[in-house]
Amino acid sequence: MLAPRPAPRSSRVPDALVRPAAGAVSPESAIRRRQMREAAIEGVVTLVALTGIAAVALIFVFVGREALPILTDPSVHAEASFSRMFLPQVVREGRPAAFLWQPVSAVPKLSMIPLFVGTLKVTAVALALAVPVGIAAALFTSEFAPRRLRELLKPGIEMLAGIPSVVLGFFGLMVLATWLQSAFGFSSRLNAVVAGVAMALAVVPVVFTVSEDALTAVPRSYREASLALGATRWETAFKVVLPAAAPGVLAAVVLGFGRCIGETMIVLMASGNAAITSWTFGDSVRTLSATIAAEMGEVVFGGAHYAVLFFIGVELFLFTFVLNGVAAAFMRRLVRKMSGAAA
Amino acid sequence: MSVRSRRLVGGGLTAATGAAAALAIGLLAVILWDVGRGGWARLSWEFLVSAPREGMTEGGIFPAIYGTALMTLLMTVAVLPVGVLTAVYLHEYAPPASRLAGLVRAAVTNLAGVPSIVFGLFGLGFFIQFVGRAMDRALNGGELRFGQPALIWAALTLAVLTLPVVIVSTEEALRAVPRDLRDASLALGATRSQTVARVVLPGALPGILTGAILAVARGAGEVAPILFTGVAYFLPDLPRTPWSQFMHLGYHTYVLATQSPDVEATRPILYATVLVLLVLTFALNGVALVIRSRTRGRAASAS
Repeated sequence: MLAPRPAPRSSRVPDALVRPAAGAVSPESAIRRRQMREAAIEGVVTLVALTGIAAVALIFVFVGREALPILTDPSVHAEASFSRMFLPQVVREGRPAAFLWQPVSAVPKLSMIPLFVGTLKVTAVALALAVPVGIAAALFTSEFAPRRLRELLKPGIEMLAGIPSVVLGFFGLMVLATWLQSAFGFSSRLNAVVAGVAMALAVVPVVFTVSEDALTAVPRSYREASLALGATRWETAFKVVLPAAAPGVLAAVVLGFGRCIGETMIVLMASGNAAITSWTFGDSVRTLSATIAAEMGEVVFGGAHYAVLFFIGVELFLFTFVLNGVAAAFMRRLVRKMSGAAA
Repeated sequence: MSVRSRRLVGGGLTAATGAAAALAIGLLAVILWDVGRGGWARLSWEFLVSAPREGMTEGGIFPAIYGTALMTLLMTVAVLPVGVLTAVYLHEYAPPASRLAGLVRAAVTNLAGVPSIVFGLFGLGFFIQFVGRAMDRALNGGELRFGQPALIWAALTLAVLTLPVVIVSTEEALRAVPRDLRDASLALGATRSQTVARVVLPGALPGILTGAILAVARGAGEVAPILFTGVAYFLPDLPRTPWSQFMHLGYHTYVLATQSPDVEATRPILYATVLVLLVLTFALNGVALVIRSRTRGRAASAS
């Protein structure tokens, strides 16, 4: 099965050196053909491997291309310049300047600020819940849980990670919204808290998995040294293992943050989708991602609104790009720290 | 601190971390219980094989199941060769400490972190507006046929999204193939490509399968990337060509949950749809988990 098809008469070594008779398949050219075939295959494999790089580049270029009219097209620029998107605007004479997202009206108002505020509110709620729970659960799994329990916990949380986000959005909309409204008496049923809690369900597995990996990467010798010095198990866990794994845990938080910003279906279904600029968590909110999802279907192709929705996509892409870079830097630091410790 | 207070603090903190773990698992249980309880009653064979009727308040979800399956199949056909070959490059061909391999890895990590809605925009901007329109100009005399949302564009968009899943699990599978096998094959005179095709890849097959299944599970559940690239709320016919639009379980869930004219009437159907979607993704994830743990056991005993 493994044997390659040998070139004829190749078993006799000197043949490779002798000039072949005319018409016969020369071993030399057979070898050369084989080498060329190998080189061609390697070339194809390498070329295919570039798809990943091409995909990232194409995503940036093509999402950016549709957003470009903001800078280049004067009519689009008039409606959606950077000052209109990021600074308060006077809508009507005599009224105070305000941030408004009202893309479909006689005078479209395309301020990003309500969307930023909405995204931040949902993210704050989600991270406030998911970060402590995710890290604590990871600490419990790696440091305290008996082995059998660990074998149950990890697949359990992986299952939570496997739930499609549209199902979490559905759960937020149908179940959590009702519970939280009866618990806190929100005036609007769907709001930043409901979306944040539902989002936390998606973020806990991210924080858990990455921190758990970081905690397990801490060498046994750390724990043994700490225990041998008379520290208890919790002291070892909180004062030795957790600080040692800190870069990895930070990476977990950063990745969780990135997930919050980009997640779409949960906020689209559970946030209420009203673009209100307020710091009250009980108000309905509209996030960046949900805005794209909700409005792209009804937008006029090529108009200012269309370009701005793609511009939001560029923002989301850049945010997560930066956050991924930060997380990767933390992970590199963890690896360096751990490999230095093992030596 | 006295021994007693150290014990107390320690016990308290351990209990707190345990409570956090219990909370996460508890919420999973609540979701499963709620969906199971709400969806079980409406679930039947009839529900799985018939089309929606009476404005989604009657009938089943067959077109959504069919559309999800077809789209995922197309996606798998597109993503599997590219993902596997990329992993083969990274693990078998790239020289150690290769710049290019490092760049590919960084790109794949970043791709995995791109928000799913941005993939939707990409699908619209690249596949539909750029590739589709170009095909219209070249093949269809400028008339609109390819440059609009379609099954194939949604499948390709999701193929890009699931590429990192396939690459990461294939690479893990390649890593589990013992080096000795490669050396033995090369020593017998097989070329590099022959070794990869006939020794390494067959050995890594279970791991590649795991990657494919995980990608399918992920692709079947994602809704945001297909919103503008091919999904439709209701279609009277099943999709016949890759250029048709299609119905999808996840999108069906979204529409039933948010845009129903009669919430109470659609509620049982909504729950049953979610139940089908959850069972589908969990079954796929479960199969992948089983294959993976079995291969890991074998790799451990082999080395």
